[in-house]
Amino acid sequence: MRIEGKALCLPQDIDTDVIIAGRYLRTKDRKLWAVHAFEDLDPGIAPRLAGAVIVAGKNFGCGSSREQAAIALREAGVAGIVAPSFARIFFRNAVNVGLPVVECDCPCTDNTLVVAELEEGYVEMGGSRIPARKLSPRMIGILKAGGLVDFWRASH
Amino acid sequence: MGTLSEEILGAPAGEYVDRKVDRAFVHDGTGVLTLEAWRCMGSGRIADPSRTYILFDHIAPANNSITANLQAELRQFAREHGIRFSEVGGGICHQLMSEGEVLPGEVVVGADSHSCTLGAFGAFATGVGATDMAAIWSEGMTWFRVPHTIGIRLSGTLPPRTEAKDLALTYVGRLGMDGASYQAIEFSGTGARGLSMDDRLTLSNLAVETGAKAGLFYADRVTCEYLAGFGKKVVPQVPAGCCYARTISIDLHEIVPVVAVPPRVDSVKPVSELEGLPIDQVFVGTCTNGRYADLERFARLVAGKKVKVRTIVVPASGSILARGIESGIIRDIIAAGCVVGSPGCGPCLGAHMGVIGEGEVCLSTANRNFRNRMGVGGEIYLGSVGTAAATALAGVLTDPGGA
Ligand code: SF4
Repeated sequence: MRIEGKALCLPQDIDTDVIIAGRYLRTKDRKLWAVHAFEDLDPGIAPRLAGAVIVAGKNFGCGSSREQAAIALREAGVAGIVAPSFARIFFRNAVNVGLPVVECDCPCTDNTLVVAELEEGYVEMGGSRIPARKLSPRMIGILKAGGLVDFWRASH
Repeated sequence: MGTLSEEILGAPAGEYVDRKVDRAFVHDGTGVLTLEAWRCMGSGRIADPSRTYILFDHIAPANNSITANLQAELRQFAREHGIRFSEVGGGICHQLMSEGEVLPGEVVVGADSHSCTLGAFGAFATGVGATDMAAIWSEGMTWFRVPHTIGIRLSGTLPPRTEAKDLALTYVGRLGMDGASYQAIEFSGTGARGLSMDDRLTLSNLAVETGAKAGLFYADRVTCEYLAGFGKKVVPQVPAGCCYARTISIDLHEIVPVVAVPPRVDSVKPVSELEGLPIDQVFVGTCTNGRYADLERFARLVAGKKVKVRTIVVPASGSILARGIESGIIRDIIAAGCVVGSPGCGPCLGAHMGVIGEGEVCLSTANRNFRNRMGVGGEIYLGSVGTAAATALAGVLTDPGGA
């Protein structure tokens, strides 16, 4: 399974309050979450999310268990997230909503093309290939199905 | 014998296991998405309604009609399926689960990151997202990767005017915000055995702030006596005290009152270094420090005096509020000039009831001080109940030792 897109560099310890603030959780409107993603980090970021691969520092998605954070990024059209480590609940949530996540310690340059191969476990950026941790077969299965809901329906 | 997580999950660290879930809970925030995912999955069934809980606490009572409608749907759903339900004002999910629900050795999942709080009972308790929870509703099972464990060995006793919260912030500061990622924390040693159940809940609560999956104590005499108070008979667990990926030792004698400086929970400094910092609001409550012992300590410190800044006190559960009214501590808190909110999360997540304004600073007994969490442009310092009381009385950040 392969993802690609333009790199969007972010720092370490991006928390879920920053991905989508608590004040937007009083709704089921997924579009609204997408529009306000990262608003408190950089209010101008929303248009850059579509088709981007987020390349972030360690501990991406720390904090609350709100799945709205993963949904917001998927809805905004983020192709996937590459980071040296993820907070575990966010990591599971991302896979469950069909948003590819790759554990890899890559240097990042904004707007360079990033290609990640999830089953083989590597990321290519700026002409170099960096090894990434492989996802478990179950997680690959869930991502290929487009998320846990569809994966579950297909297997029951 | 392995670590407590290995024993409960039944496999060595690093392995993937499918495990039956003993208790599963959601709140009004995560419940909405869980219900949506569950409907899309189309199973139509709840595996075990008697072990499934919907507990309203996050934006409860509802703040507007959108929230009210979402809550009405969940309430109706709980009723139809015979799911255990707690109405607005019942209290914070983790607190309610700690009032005689969770038992040692159980596998507990909550659709909330602070579900690790319940590890204080010697249960494997962790947070999941809404879609995972929807699958658990349907099947009663989920998968885990058995975590490696960091041992935190505690010795000694806490000095006067320090609290479990100071200890909790101290270990978070030492491990860092991702110091225990994908791992569990186990608290052990003579210092752990000397802590009350309330103290243990506070310590387990903060585990997720280091990225930990769970924060566990072995059930001992203290656990058994606490649960006996809720009519539950349990036996102590035997600590293995081995197999840790890493061990850190903390001497409780050395703990001093500390705060976490925004916007990081691991940026921990002694209160004495920041004394005099202007504070606009003090908030006492949450799943970290909204228990009876916390309110009682706060009341003792402010009784007969007047607070100098607006101070919001929110009991973690309805039974705590009732007990506080009976004992008179709520009267003392109100007489000191504080406002008491309905049991629940209060302003912790910045959605209602005490949100702070731009440029305002709050001293809170909660567990997170992320940017804008309690209101856009506001800052949150995290501290103990004693620090909150001293600060409320002085109107500026104040070390409880000097109060
Ligand atoms: S009190 Fe705060 S941290 Fe605890 S469950 Fe509620 S919102 Fe989360």
